[in-house]
Amino acid sequence: MSAADVAPVVQLHDAALRFGERTVWSGLNLDVAPGEFVAVLGPNGSGKTSLLKVLLGLQRLTSGAVEVGGSSPSRGSRSVGYVPQQKGFDRDVPLRGRDLVALGLDGHRWGVPLPSRARRGRVDAALADVGAQRYAKAAVGRLSGGEQQRLRMAQALLGDPALLLCDEPLLSLDLHHQRVITELVDRRRREHGTAVLFVTHEVNPVLPLVDRVLYLAEGRWASGAPDEVLTSERLSALYGTPVEVVRIGGRVIVAGTPDAVHAEPGGSHHHPDDSAGAIPR
Amino acid sequence: MTTHWGYLHLAFAQHALIAASIVAVISGVVGPFVITRGMSFAVHGAAELALTGAAAGLLIANDAVSGALVGSVVVAGAFGVLAVRERERDSAIGVVLGLGLGLGFYLLHFYHGFETEALDILVGQITSVGTTQIEILVAVALAVLVAMIALYRPLTFASVDLDLAEARGVRTRLVGLLFLLLLCVTVTEAAQVVGTVLVLSLVITPAAAAQRLSAHPGVVIGLSTVFALIAADGGLLVNIVYVPDVRASSFITFIAFAIYALARIAAATRHSLGGRGELPADPEHSDATADVTDGAVG
Repeated sequence: MSAADVAPVVQLHDAALRFGERTVWSGLNLDVAPGEFVAVLGPNGSGKTSLLKVLLGLQRLTSGAVEVGGSSPSRGSRSVGYVPQQKGFDRDVPLRGRDLVALGLDGHRWGVPLPSRARRGRVDAALADVGAQRYAKAAVGRLSGGEQQRLRMAQALLGDPALLLCDEPLLSLDLHHQRVITELVDRRRREHGTAVLFVTHEVNPVLPLVDRVLYLAEGRWASGAPDEVLTSERLSALYGTPVEVVRIGGRVIVAGTPDAVHAEPGGSHHHPDDSAGAIPR
Repeated sequence: MTTHWGYLHLAFAQHALIAASIVAVISGVVGPFVITRGMSFAVHGAAELALTGAAAGLLIANDAVSGALVGSVVVAGAFGVLAVRERERDSAIGVVLGLGLGLGFYLLHFYHGFETEALDILVGQITSVGTTQIEILVAVALAVLVAMIALYRPLTFASVDLDLAEARGVRTRLVGLLFLLLLCVTVTEAAQVVGTVLVLSLVITPAAAAQRLSAHPGVVIGLSTVFALIAADGGLLVNIVYVPDVRASSFITFIAFAIYALARIAAATRHSLGGRGELPADPEHSDATADVTDGAVG
């Protein structure tokens, strides 16, 4: 990546976030260049979602500086796409796939949307980008998790944002859809230069694609290429307790962390899917 | 069986039909959002508290109708202030409802006029609607409809995905409070037609039936409104023409439920015939299975 010569999309300088007595993270420095794909890893409660909320302008830093696209983050910015943690929809919610995507275009405006060819065209294009045309008219509540997630992706990308923030987009997806979603994000950042911050517990599906890992734990952080950060030494230092990083057949397994959940979700190691991709570099 | 078609030429019947139609339209429009936002209990609470508003209105100005309307705004304010978080909503409504009903009966104790006027609101007083009340109804309905049009997009966004709507710049708290206000006003007006106890039949039942038949947001609102109209006017006609000695409210609820039952049957039939409706079988799921199987072998 030619990160050095382009203005970064995200700049965090000596950033700290505290809730009362508790320091979520501090001294955080992070520059994310256009087109860069950063995986944000770490145990529950390490402030991954809070970091996204800071970049969305929903949460203020306790100290330090943050800029998104050269200015301080503001809620509702058109240059940031967001896929929040999946909650699923009620089966009978009166909303079709394309209605969900259209909310990304103008859902924040007052009034009833007036039918227009341009509006329809943009929604169609966004649906086509993620390959979701087939269920554009189906009720969202009756689609599978993977189908819903594709629609959310289309919704987030519709405005062609400079920055895409994804919060656990792989949660409860089968391996096939995990790969579909990560590849969708990867293609987007390569073709459109979208910077991506991807919060996930599922390390292995994204490792082959990401440029960099930001690992948050115990109020500390580490960032760098996956190979540099995901080592027993670095993670032991981060957690302040012995942590073992094991690589088996191209898969990374982090063992001995206090919540030991982020690398081995739901017995997915039985599936050979992840081993298809080797660790980059 | 004696029929009374001649009654339809009389002012009381015409006023009743007009009032029922107006209330049906606003109930039908508001209903789908009530279901999506999970606010059925707020409907019930606001409907019962119409009694308190009516009692206060009778006591202060000898006017149950205006009292109920002003009361609905107070109720919306109380729900909104106490239920800041979504999870607190039901308990806050329960608290306000309990106090409100107690207050309502307390106020009635001091009212020495025609006490049934307030109690009428519990079962509906549709056949005693006057021109003034119709004028109030029209004004309220127009205000509710205009506000619903303005709120349509942000309300939809906030109802289906609160976190995302918040991040995208929707003022979710304001939108939620405004909808709560519209809901309480609508419910109070509906209470005067079908009665407090039966409001759910005009606000919830038609919308629930409509959601069984379509996922298109506009179609659902349209169907819900049509169903509410059929139930309200149909129930009223049965009452006026065939069974004048039984209250219209009962027939309104019967028709609303019949529509709901038919909608469920229609939806079930369609699903058993055509899988997921407009959606063909998903070839990708079989892909995914194939991936795993391939890998396991290799």
